[in-house]
Amino acid sequence: MTEFLDLTEAIRTHLKPGNVVAAEGFTHLIPHAAGLEIIRQEIRHLTLVRMTPDIIYDQLVGMGCADKLVFSWGGNPGVGSLYRLRDACEQGIPHALELEEHAHAAMANAYTAGAAGMPFAIFKGYRGTSYPDVNPHIRFLDCPFTGQKVTAVPAIRPDVAIIHAQRADREGNVWLRGIVGVQKEAVLASARSIVTVEEVVDRVDETKGGTVIPRWAVSAVCHVPLGAFPSYAEGYYGRSNAFYLRWGEVSRDYDRFCEWMDRFVIGTRDFGHYLLALKQHGYV
Amino acid sequence: MSEPVYTPEEMMVVAAARRLDEDDVVFIGIGLPSKAANLARRTHARHLSMIYESGTLDTAPTVLPLSIGDPELSRTAKAVVSVFEMFNCWLQGGWIRTGFLSAAQIDRFGNLNSTVIGDYGSPRVRLPGAGGAPEIAAFCSRTFILLRQSRRSLVEKLDFVTSVGFLEGERSRDGLDVPGRGPQAVITDLGLLEPHPESREFVLTAVHPGVSVEAAVEATGWPLQVADSVGETTPPTTGELEVLRSLKPSETSDIGDKVSSHYEGGSE
Repeated sequence: MTEFLDLTEAIRTHLKPGNVVAAEGFTHLIPHAAGLEIIRQEIRHLTLVRMTPDIIYDQLVGMGCADKLVFSWGGNPGVGSLYRLRDACEQGIPHALELEEHAHAAMANAYTAGAAGMPFAIFKGYRGTSYPDVNPHIRFLDCPFTGQKVTAVPAIRPDVAIIHAQRADREGNVWLRGIVGVQKEAVLASARSIVTVEEVVDRVDETKGGTVIPRWAVSAVCHVPLGAFPSYAEGYYGRSNAFYLRWGEVSRDYDRFCEWMDRFVIGTRDFGHYLLALKQHGYV
Repeated sequence: MSEPVYTPEEMMVVAAARRLDEDDVVFIGIGLPSKAANLARRTHARHLSMIYESGTLDTAPTVLPLSIGDPELSRTAKAVVSVFEMFNCWLQGGWIRTGFLSAAQIDRFGNLNSTVIGDYGSPRVRLPGAGGAPEIAAFCSRTFILLRQSRRSLVEKLDFVTSVGFLEGERSRDGLDVPGRGPQAVITDLGLLEPHPESREFVLTAVHPGVSVEAAVEATGWPLQVADSVGETTPPTTGELEVLRSLKPSETSDIGDKVSSHYEGGSE
């Protein structure tokens, strides 16, 4: 059953070194506060799974928390490169990073297969591309009914899913609205799940739209207002495009990145203090 | 009346926009394709249905989104579906007619690379990767490719095939069992390349005003074939330029006040 924990406690309880972690949210509702807490607790040797690594995994990779990355598009959306990811791939900074690279369609299917308890997913992707040459987890099979060739990728079954949502009710049912990405599938595919929310309310349901993830699929709920910043939470606050642009400058040079992370993340005790420090220095 | 003044990039966007039909259904990424589709919907293609890979179906942004998951896209969409439904049912299911693609490298058969420059295992430049590109290239009925023309981008051999065009040319794409017809045009800042009906090799069929055939050939990393009669693109009209320049980027959101109200004095 769902426990209400503060974020520090939720990460300490549910995330262990070496875990496979999927912190999802497709541009919208990215659980940035949780990513920063993993960095504060110095949890390492993680396999990070996420369709779009975004700033959240750029920070985790740059701080040396990841041994492996499973992903399908590794840029800073609308801006350009994720420099910490690039440095890890091109120069092994701060250490070598194993990649398992996919396309979006493959990852969405692999999460869904994981959620459905299937060993692998089938779809029709990757034809004519170089991906099967570099990723042994892309295979081809014949349909047993028609003989048609289909593409297979293994299911994604993380130890822990982390997502951000707009609301939870007091029983721990979670409600999200807007671009829903692969979050529900990621939660259902994972052994444990942590959900940070903007607001805790008396009751959530789907009568006003949105998607509910019922409480027995959720291990921990944490009340973290603004927890998706610099991404956004529809109905609560917009995307900080300015921060995404500034991240390009902050992260480009490894030393400057380390300094920034020391000052704003390692040097602050929680997400609230991080935001206050950002505000004080004109980042928000 | 004097001729309007415009940039090569504006010419490229206008040429791309004109390719979209009045009632097209188009899958778009951020950047030039997004500008082109938004221009088309405000000029000749009023019934254009725009789809971004975040799951926003038939969206009508009033500003240009910075990312494919911009709040403006979900706010103005007819429907927002999961990424699984987007890729499996809408794209792979064959419900999207036109796709726009871009890349760091293209070869003469319209195959594209947006994954790595250099060796995959130890890349010189690590690029963002696939995203939706392999499946857009395979499952849209037709695609258009937008990229700036240079010897670095139009190359003899790709370092990596992220998405397939006409594979090795002629009928080789047919063997892949992908329903889309493949790339129908490459629109660059210098002109237009279209596939030869037999060899499927991209051939220069038009240049933009003020660009010579020689300049286009020179800016290509393979021996570019030139059509018997090379056309000249109609320059952007004053109307097209006005609409294009009126497209404003989505604004940033400032959470400063919310930080204060949630966290100032709130935590010990």
